[in-house]
Amino acid sequence: MSVPDRRGERLCVRSDSDESTRRLGGALGEVLRAGDVVGLEGDLGAGKTCFAQGVARGLGVPEERRVGSPTYTIVNVHTGRHTLYHVDLYRLRDVQELEEIGFSEMLESDGVAVVEWFERVPEAKPLERLEIQFAIVDATTRQLQTRTFGKRGQTLLTEWSKKMGAK
Amino acid sequence: MLVLGIESSCDETAAAIVEDGRRVVAEEVASQIAIHAGFGGVVPEIAARAHVVHVLPVIDAVLKRAAIGLSQVDAIAVTCGPGLIGALLVGVQTAKAIAFGCGLPLIGVNHLEGHLCAVFLDVEKVPSFPHLALLVSGGHSEIVVAHDFGKYELLGATRDDAAGEAFDKVGKLLGLGYPAGPLVDKLARTGDRAAVKLPQAMRGRGLDFSFSGIKTAVATHVQKHGVPTEQALSDLCASFQAQVVAQLVSKTMLALDEKKFGGLVVSGGVACNRGLRQALQTETERRGVDLFIPSPERCTDNAAMIACAGYYRLRRGERAPVDLKAAPGLSLTS
Repeated sequence: MSVPDRRGERLCVRSDSDESTRRLGGALGEVLRAGDVVGLEGDLGAGKTCFAQGVARGLGVPEERRVGSPTYTIVNVHTGRHTLYHVDLYRLRDVQELEEIGFSEMLESDGVAVVEWFERVPEAKPLERLEIQFAIVDATTRQLQTRTFGKRGQTLLTEWSKKMGAK
Repeated sequence: MLVLGIESSCDETAAAIVEDGRRVVAEEVASQIAIHAGFGGVVPEIAARAHVVHVLPVIDAVLKRAAIGLSQVDAIAVTCGPGLIGALLVGVQTAKAIAFGCGLPLIGVNHLEGHLCAVFLDVEKVPSFPHLALLVSGGHSEIVVAHDFGKYELLGATRDDAAGEAFDKVGKLLGLGYPAGPLVDKLARTGDRAAVKLPQAMRGRGLDFSFSGIKTAVATHVQKHGVPTEQALSDLCASFQAQVVAQLVSKTMLALDEKKFGGLVVSGGVACNRGLRQALQTETERRGVDLFIPSPERCTDNAAMIACAGYYRLRRGERAPVDLKAAPGLSLTS
């Protein structure tokens, strides 16, 4: 894990292994609050689900609970400090389909939503959120680039960076 | 006893009439794969909409084929989970309405239990309990002990992608369309499995699987070398499939060697994969264990397996409440 390089509301981090990607997710999971929404974007195999597994642990989802890919199930629900909605929009096309899976209820709940492939349904993105773009650098290295939206997005990024620095 | 089975958890709208849990009297399937192919994956809303269109005609057709009326049906079994909520609801609501209207007992069946029961249909020789089962499909990769009908113990499951999901995603990376499993399997036959070096994932970690590392290795390979064509494509498919099969087989054999089982059952869509079948055949023969794999059409989603599982639940005196609900996250042990 390299040292975060902060540029305004953007942050660029490199991860050199699955484990390190999971740790980054774990640090974010520790600072997430009810109502937070995090979007994960990037190609197949870029590390989104791996990161989400870390978030789950950071949120206190027990180790023995398997946090698998939600691609087929669309939504996996895990219980930790807050309820974690692990959503994958890979197979969806529009807002109407999102409504069918109860997406707005998830966003309005006391849980936390980690959404993979948010770019598939951009109009469903809430105003306040943190987005992380994953890119494959080489076989094991991934680059994570963030964008914040709204005040909560910024605060979340600040708290997450502090957590990362502390580790 | 005649049970009408209804299945609508994912791609297929299916209905079947099964006698005494063992003999398939008639079955009908309306598949949505052609509809989905244009979208590169299962599109849930389309799935739900198409199920609504297909469910009644499929039930009518199966009754006609069996040459019976609803009055001759003794019970209705329907998949109530796991699956896509919109899709599941179509089957569940239809089954409830028919059961209520005709005064028939209703049973909610776990889709995965259905897959485990497929091996009891239309055959003389069946596995005895307890037996080991490997469930491999687009949404599942699980090693299960079946102690009895309805009594299951989970030994291992995937920690990330399901095996079939890995096939579909790799197929997409290679531009092979959807569903890509059969095509990857076909290409793999003429490929060199040693041509591309991919990581051997999950050598430790008990009986759990992981397929996302292999998928990622294919993604980085494609990023580096571009999407291969002709022989190079076959070689990559063969190398990928060999790794997936090796992991499925080695973990299953680990479980099989633990204690004495009345056979190994392999079910779910990926059980159609020829590479997997061959490897399992070799390993079970070497151990003198009987291998049970349903026919290809019974490995994939179907309603006969739901009727079968429902029959054994009925025999145990189970009945679903009139407000039976679809349970998208239903697990085999819940």
